[in-house]
Parts: sequence; C-alpha cells; structure tokens
Amino acid sequence: MSNPEQITFFEAQKRIYPRDIWGRYRQLKWLAMGVLLAIYYFVPWLRWDRGPHAPDQAILIDMPARRAYFFSIEIWPQEVFYITGLLILAAVGLFFATSLLGRVWCGYACPQTVWTDLFIKVEYFFQGDKNARQKLDAAPWGLNKLWRKLATHITWLLIALCTGGAWVFYFSDAPTLADQIMHFNIPWSTASWIFGLTASTYIMAGYAREQVCTYMCPYARFQSAMFDRDTLIIGYDATRGEPRMSHKHGDSWEGRGHCVDCNMCVSVCPMGIDIRDGLQMECIACGLCVDACNQVMDKVGLPHGLVRYDTENNQLARNAARKEGKSVTERLRIIRPRTVYYTGIIAVVGCLMLYGLLTRQPFQAHVLHDRNPLFVKLSSGAIRNSYTFKILNRDHDDHDYSLQVNGLPRAEMKIEAAGQPDAAHLRVLADSVGQFRVLLSLPADALTMKRENIRFQVTDNTTGKTEAVETMFVTGE
Amino acid sequence: MANDNNKHEIDQVTGIETTGHEWDGLKELNNPAPRWWLWVFYATIVFAIGYWAVYPAWPTLTGFTGGSKNWSEYSQLKEHQGEITAMRAKYEARFTAADLKTIQNDPELYEYARAGGAIAFKNNCAACHGAGAQGGYGYPNLNDDDWLWGGTLDQIYTTIRYGVRSTSDQTRISQMPAFGRDDLLSREEIEAVAEYVQKMHLGDKAEKTATYEKGKEVYANNCASCHGETGDGNQDVGAPRLNDDIWLYGGDRASIINSIANPHAGVMPTWEGRLSDSTIKQLAIYVHSLGGGK
Repeated sequence: MSNPEQITFFEAQKRIYPRDIWGRYRQLKWLAMGVLLAIYYFVPWLRWDRGPHAPDQAILIDMPARRAYFFSIEIWPQEVFYITGLLILAAVGLFFATSLLGRVWCGYACPQTVWTDLFIKVEYFFQGDKNARQKLDAAPWGLNKLWRKLATHITWLLIALCTGGAWVFYFSDAPTLADQIMHFNIPWSTASWIFGLTASTYIMAGYAREQVCTYMCPYARFQSAMFDRDTLIIGYDATRGEPRMSHKHGDSWEGRGHCVDCNMCVSVCPMGIDIRDGLQMECIACGLCVDACNQVMDKVGLPHGLVRYDTENNQLARNAARKEGKSVTERLRIIRPRTVYYTGIIAVVGCLMLYGLLTRQPFQAHVLHDRNPLFVKLSSGAIRNSYTFKILNRDHDDHDYSLQVNGLPRAEMKIEAAGQPDAAHLRVLADSVGQFRVLLSLPADALTMKRENIRFQVTDNTTGKTEAVETMFVTGE
Repeated sequence: MANDNNKHEIDQVTGIETTGHEWDGLKELNNPAPRWWLWVFYATIVFAIGYWAVYPAWPTLTGFTGGSKNWSEYSQLKEHQGEITAMRAKYEARFTAADLKTIQNDPELYEYARAGGAIAFKNNCAACHGAGAQGGYGYPNLNDDDWLWGGTLDQIYTTIRYGVRSTSDQTRISQMPAFGRDDLLSREEIEAVAEYVQKMHLGDKAEKTATYEKGKEVYANNCASCHGETGDGNQDVGAPRLNDDIWLYGGDRASIINSIANPHAGVMPTWEGRLSDSTIKQLAIYVHSLGGGK
C-alpha cells in the first residue's frame, strides 16, 4: 500500500511560460487577432443614417427602448426569434468549422485565446522571452523585477479596461457615452459592466489562461463529438520522428527518427502540452508547435511537416505507404456527411431568416377577440363583439392606417380610443404600437349564424400596403 | 507529492498514480483537480458568511437573524410599489388636473387611464360586475348600451363616486313603489302590466290580448311617469328602460311580476374616500371604453 497522506487531490497551477515564435501560423494568429480586436473596438463607432427619429449607430442594442439595430435591420422585442436564428447559425457555424478544420475557433478566434495571446505578448515586451521570464519570477524582489512586473500589470489592466469600455458602447450611443465616461458621469450599471469585464479580462487572460480551456470551457469538452478521421488536427508524425534523439551537425540520420528532441514544440505551447504524445484534450490547435518545429527542421536541413496540421486518415495512409516504400498524396476531404448536414442546417436557417427579413413589413397588425364577454346584446337587439387591435408601426414617421372588415357586410364598426378616431384614420406614432378597441355590431335582423370567421384588413394610408388578420364574430353561445 | 514514486504506485496503462484505494483489484486513479477549485469553494464559504451578515439567514428561538439590510419580501414589495408610484407620478399630476373630456382626447392620458382603470376595476368592481364587466343577476352589464343612471363619462363618474342608494349624502337614489307588497295594485293588474312590459320591446309586433290592453292602461297610470310612456326609462331617476330585451332581474313573466310586486332597489357603494379621485376617473374612462359609453 502506498501512503495516502502523501497524495494530493488538488494541484497548483503549473505556470506556463510559452516561448515567442515566428512562423506562418503565428502570422495568421496575429492577423486574426488584429482583425477581431479591430472589429470589437471600432464597430460601435460606425454610423448609419436612419433619419432624425432613430439612433445613427450602425450596431446598437438599445435596452431601455427595446430595440436592436444592425445596419438597415431594426429588431423589435416581438421579433426575438431572429436572435434565436442568429444563435442557431452561430452554434452550427461553430460545429461546421470544427468538423471541417478542427479547433480553429479555439486556436485563432476565441476571445480567451485572443486576449491571452495579447497578454503574453505584453509579458514578452516587458519581461523578455521564456527563460528571462522564468528567471525573473524565481529572482528575489528588486527594482528591476518591480518595474517590469508593474509595467506588465498596468498594461494588462489598461487593455482590460478598454475591453470592458468597448463592450458598453454596443448598448448606448458611443460618442455620447464616451463623453460621459470622460466626465465620470455614467450610470452605475454601465460602470459595473466596465468594471466587471475589466476584472474578468484581467483575471482570465492574465492568470486563468489555459485553465479556462481545460477546466471551464464546455465547448472544448464536447468538440470531440464533432471530430472524425478527416478533421484537421495538429499531428506529430511519429513514424518519421521516432526514435527521437539529439543531433549534432554532420551526424547521420540513418537508424534514427527526425525528431531532434529539442523540446521547441513544448516550450512554445500555450497549453503546456507535448504534442508528440498524440492528440490531447488540451490542444487548441493554434499551430505554434508547427511553426517551432518547421524552424528547427530548416536548421537541420530536413523537410517541414514533422509536426503539422494533419488528419487521422492521412496519418494512417502515410504510415501504410511508408511500410511499402511508396509515397502518398495527402488530401483534405471537405465533403463529408458531417460537413454536408451542417451546411444544410446553416442554409435552411439562413434562408428562413433571410426570407423573414426580406418580407418584413414596415407595419404589423394583431387582433385579439374579447373573451369575457364573448358578445354583448344591445338595446336595439343588435349583437356587438369587441376586439383589441394593435398596429405596430416600425417606420420612423407617424402613419395613418385605415381598417376594414371583410366577411360581415352589415357590420357597423366603431373605434374606441383616445380622441374617438375614425376607422379610416388610425394614427400610430413613429416607432411605436398603437392600440385600439374595435367594436363591431351586427343588427338584430342580420343575425343568421352563431359565429363567423372574419378578416380585418389594415391599409397604410401613405404607402397603400395592406395586411390582413383573421378572427371571428360570435353571436351566441 | 506526485513525483514521489517510492511511495505511490503508478498505473502502468495510463501512467497516472493511484490513490492507493483498491477494491477487488480495481484501483482508483488520482487525477488531481486544480487547486483554484478549492479556493473557489472556500470563497463560496466566505460569501455565505457575508450573506448571513447582510440577509436574514438563521432561525433563533424567537424569530430569525435579520441581517444588516433588514431585508424582507414585504420591504421589497414596498420598494417596488414605490417605484410604480414614481413611474405613475410622471402622469399623475397632469392626470389629476385634467378633466374627463381632456383625458379622453389625450392619447397618453387615455392609455394611462385605461391601464389603471382595468386594474382598479378588477380589484374593486369585478366582484359584482364580473371580471369582463359582463354583469349578472342584479348587477348591470357595463358592456352594453343600456344604462340605469346614464352612460356619459360624467354620469359614469358620478355613479362610481357617489354610488347608488349608498351611504353618501350625494348618492343617486330613487325608490320604485312596491306595487304588490303595499297593495297599490291588485294581483290582476300586476299580471296584466307584467305581460305588457314583457312585450314592450316587441313594439307593434306584440300580440294585443285583452290582458295586454289592460296592462297598457295600468302602465300609463302607474309606471309611465318614471319609465316613460313608451318605456324608454329615465336616467335622471334611475328608472330602467323597459322596451329593450335587457333585464337586470330577469325578463321572464315571473321575474317581472316579482320586480313589480317587490322591487329590488339594488345598491352600489360610494367609492369616494375609498378610492382616490384619480382612480375613480380612471375607472370612469375604462368603463366608458368598454363599448357602451355614450
């Protein structure tokens, strides 16, 4: 039996000091970071003219007014299904990218990766590369260590502050809010958002880093469900690399693998894993080990690709071909059942949303037949039904609508609303919902049925556009 | 520690140390969780202690620990009600100052009144008049156009404010004589006038029997002064219209005889003093908007 007292059930985070590297994938990562951060920070400042009665911010989620603006699209709370569609598209898009290219989202586009990368670069700038940072951390506190650490953390905090600061611009007019922030005159809710996101950015990108991907992120865990043998992964070509051993200039490559055991792939890895152990859950497929290994292969004069973007099928085909001394053409199978049905879902949801947006009317009508009471008998013997009628005017100008009823030729219509309006001129203010109580009465001698399906037709007096809503007229139990 | 190989058995398949626990040959692997999880656990304990200090938490022999905020659901309700009052304040000043006609023509005040009136109606009026104001036996339907005391905004307002046969000094009041109980009419006369009244809404189409003709005469002598010669009623004295097919106490022969012999004289309480004038105005607008308003 071993000694149970010696066992640790909780282990301290092993600090990872990734080495700086340059190469094709590192370049791609910088590019992705630049584009994504630029989008994040600058998009709220884009303007879009919507006339004098609406905000001119291209992308704006206006919570108090219950409106979301996206360029020419304006979403009302009644149309929240567009958000659902967008979320479905985002989720399936992510699944699609994953089954096609593996964890590219994790390696290049995830905010956790993007900000961690930026924070590591700040560390590099003030404290030097891997070895220098390790030495500095081990060294006792002194003036040198103090200023380097201080500068790093201040820069981190500034970046974090910008992150939280940019977020709130999506929910309020950016120039106005920027002015308010400058004068420390913002509501506590805005301030708490800025503070919360500053703190979370600082902690997540500064300290938590790979722990987020390994222990917090659910997506990292279930991505393996989207993997198949043709999914792009980071692979170490073990048959070519092994047995690994160190290599001096001029030594023969006979009887040994191409891996020179330089550990570069391990030291650049932001997740702190050794890719030569095979595909691991922690791997975010950022490709930095590929850059590192290729650099080393250049130095020793061997071809690239000992560590590479690979697929399981390619690995198997390559190994089989090598045994027979043949060469193999590697291929990336893009059209697979998985990618096809993800594409299908994206196409269907995308088309539905597009159809919805294209056929979207500038106004919409809703009618609700009163249930309590279902009908009312009047002194004249006539029967009256009442309806709650709503007209959503999505335009930024006031509109007049006229209301007609089809299916009850002898019905008399009366509108119960402020100012006792006439059914031919129902005024609905810009960007709002007009509510009217519509009373329909049918004379005693016209009461031939128990209930009748009828149609209300709403016409926009300015544009002539119409919309019909169906309801019923009840005359007896 | 994990690298202390002398003390720990390493599982050969996975290369992971075991905890030393073994059941019938099954060994438990030890994959240590990150230490910050433990810190988060401790942090939740600290948070809980802070929570106990701020919010009500522990029972005591006589009650419970109140916490520094002295929070309760009741105080929260009061707070929310305060917020609602503050929201209403924006309209309330204007609303109180405005007369009913102004409110009826101002979209904002009108919607405010209808929204407030709908709630006040359900809280105060629905018990008798029904949630949809459809009324019932002895309680007028407020959706129709048959009004006892008048259906204009001002008349509705007055009825709600002072009530009918209520305790208010200015109550609407009238009394129909008890023609049967007080022996003002004979049984035959009551039966005759009941038949006449029951057929009034048929107008010329009514079958003119001898009883009908007798009832017509009795009606002219005893009822017409309040209910009108043709049965149109008189809203000044709350005399119901009799020439339509809407009946407060039933329109069958027995019910009508009963109403003549032993009039009901229904009561509506005065709402002045129980509801604010603003609420009464909201109710008037709401009831008027149900469809019967004149």
